[in-house]
Amino acid sequence: MYNCVSERDAEYLRSAVSPERVLFRGDIAPDYGHDELGGITSMPDILVKVTSADEISEVMKYASGRNLPVVVRGSGTGLVGGSVALHGGIMLETVLMNRILELDEENLTVTVQPGVLLMDLAAYCEEHGLLYPPDPGEKSATIGGNISTNAGGMRAVKYGVTRDYVRGLTVVLADGSVQKLGGKIVKNSTGYSLMNLMIGSEGTLGIIAEAVLKLVPLPQVTKSLLVPFGSAEDGISAVPGIIKSRASLTAIEFFERDTVLFAEDYLGKKFPDTRSPAYLLLTVDGSDAAYVDSELDHVAQLCLDLGACDAYLVDTDERKESVWKARGAFLEAIKASTTEMDECDVVVPRSRVADFIKYTHSVAAELGIRIPSFGHAGDGNLHIYICRDDLPSDVWKKKLGKAFDLMYEKAGSMGGTVSGEHGIGFAKMEYMERACGSRQTQIMEGIKKAFDPAGILNPGKLFRPWTDQNE
Amino acid sequence: MDIIVCVKQVPGTANVEVDPVTGVLKRDGHAGKLNPYDLFALEAAFRIRELSPEPEKVRIRTLSMGPGQAEASLLETVYMGADSAYLVSDRKFAGSDVQATSYTLSRAVMKTGPFDLIICGKQTTDGDTAQVGPELAEQLGIEHAANVTEAEPEEDGIRVTVNMDDVIMIQKMRYPCLITIDKDANTPRLPSYRRKLACGSGAVTVWTASDLDIDLKRCGLEGSPTRVEKIFPPESRCDREISEGSGDELAGELCSWLRERKFL
Repeated sequence: MYNCVSERDAEYLRSAVSPERVLFRGDIAPDYGHDELGGITSMPDILVKVTSADEISEVMKYASGRNLPVVVRGSGTGLVGGSVALHGGIMLETVLMNRILELDEENLTVTVQPGVLLMDLAAYCEEHGLLYPPDPGEKSATIGGNISTNAGGMRAVKYGVTRDYVRGLTVVLADGSVQKLGGKIVKNSTGYSLMNLMIGSEGTLGIIAEAVLKLVPLPQVTKSLLVPFGSAEDGISAVPGIIKSRASLTAIEFFERDTVLFAEDYLGKKFPDTRSPAYLLLTVDGSDAAYVDSELDHVAQLCLDLGACDAYLVDTDERKESVWKARGAFLEAIKASTTEMDECDVVVPRSRVADFIKYTHSVAAELGIRIPSFGHAGDGNLHIYICRDDLPSDVWKKKLGKAFDLMYEKAGSMGGTVSGEHGIGFAKMEYMERACGSRQTQIMEGIKKAFDPAGILNPGKLFRPWTDQNE
Repeated sequence: MDIIVCVKQVPGTANVEVDPVTGVLKRDGHAGKLNPYDLFALEAAFRIRELSPEPEKVRIRTLSMGPGQAEASLLETVYMGADSAYLVSDRKFAGSDVQATSYTLSRAVMKTGPFDLIICGKQTTDGDTAQVGPELAEQLGIEHAANVTEAEPEEDGIRVTVNMDDVIMIQKMRYPCLITIDKDANTPRLPSYRRKLACGSGAVTVWTASDLDIDLKRCGLEGSPTRVEKIFPPESRCDREISEGSGDELAGELCSWLRERKFL
């Protein structure tokens, strides 16, 4: 078990870090007790707003000596309770570490502190004619959080996910030691990649204090097509044909009219077209307008051949804003449409996306609940929301559990897995254990023990509560 | 019913540089696009058609004055739903100010045939005067309303809601008349690939000065009393937002501001 936190711990940290940036119990705002969806609330005892790797190291040395649990938090935009202090203890907030430290145009890398917001990094890179390709919907998330969950986003079809853009990390381990993993190097065959273990580890192996990220030249032209279909089934069924055509697409997004209508209500702004039951949103980028236009024509024709009602051009800043702003608000819009919800961030092989969406419709019908969905159809990652609406809490929880069981099992049987980009955190532990099996889970626990023998880093996440195992 | 929508091709990016020597906008290297304000005008026309008792009898034609490449923007209006498009293009029209432009457009309007309603965007993103629409109405001797946020067809005219900044005015206008549509009055539809496929070559009729019954002395630079002395980009500075109101109002506003940026 961990030691109990006392006022003396806060006093020590105030002297080691800063009196103003260390808050104790009652002074900590309630927002630090939850994330945006994880379904759990638990407050830390001490909140430390860190500003450097040295401060993180000081805190970790102390926490390690005192056997106090430590949770790291960025903007708190997670969806699986990953940054919730389940066992109280110390919370390290990184949002003050929000400096972009270096743009290296010779190596095409940018070095950032973990609290830099995704939207600020994107704007900075664009100003310099460069692109940081990972594009998760939540633009106010921190880069540290994105790395910790290996966030994906809408450009994954062409560019891949966060992991593909991390070149180096400076991490603080549980004992306070500071380690540099990777660097500004393109290749690396030097033993196990500890850096890649850190990516997606959700704060359970170490704390990211700095990251070197790979950039690519900014595409000069980016245009999209909004493609309406007569039914959800027609829309999603067109995706394998589009992928098979080898069209060079940056994004293939799928959504249904209901979701668009929720976004209209949520944003107070109309979408350019809501006449069709389902839509695909396809993007092409490139350095040459003629190439992009010809590729778009090819894809538009292909979509018509695959049964689309039409294909609408989204080419100017205003048109992009009217479409992509709504797309970016889908999660919040669905959330606002119901009393309570939980989500399934499942990922399946791209060829099975249509089958999986159809399956969610049958689960909704079978259980008598509303399950709206949207997702990155081009990379097989779907966001499926189980809405409570007017159901009594106990009935909903029962149906929710059943829906999760059915959907994760189905995803597994299709060769998919539990989380595409939101992570496991607290909310999806049970399903990860089932999906990975006991042998893989054991190996992961071994890795955890190697990094953090006392289990003080983000306890109760990814695996069943660490303290239970210690007992 | 015949509706004419006036449109303009403007630079495709908001970051157009100004030549420090000549003071002229550097348009080279930037693709053009339809003036964003005109998209609201087009959408207003499409909605009037949809709200009409006999939509199939409502014909929408678009009209633009500009260089040859403006044809691409006019084609786009056809892909969005216009029935026909007209481009008035001649070097003799180069350098037109709002007066020469509205005169030239008025001659082109007459050439396109009878009309009931002309719809313009409130202003353009390059010229920014918001004067061409009302001046065109004056040239044609018809009534007009600017800054229209809603337009609904009635039996013998149109009912419009006008944003007068301090007040909202609702008025009924008889045809023929002209209205200019305010920003964000609607969400413009997108160009359709199906319409593009269906649209053969020659969808845009191009007229030069010799095609119009026009007094050339009133066109182009010669017909423009306005002289542009200098164009320069505004000095960049940090954004500031100043709010006024009671303590409660300001607290509410600050709270929403912080929430929007996820500080709360």
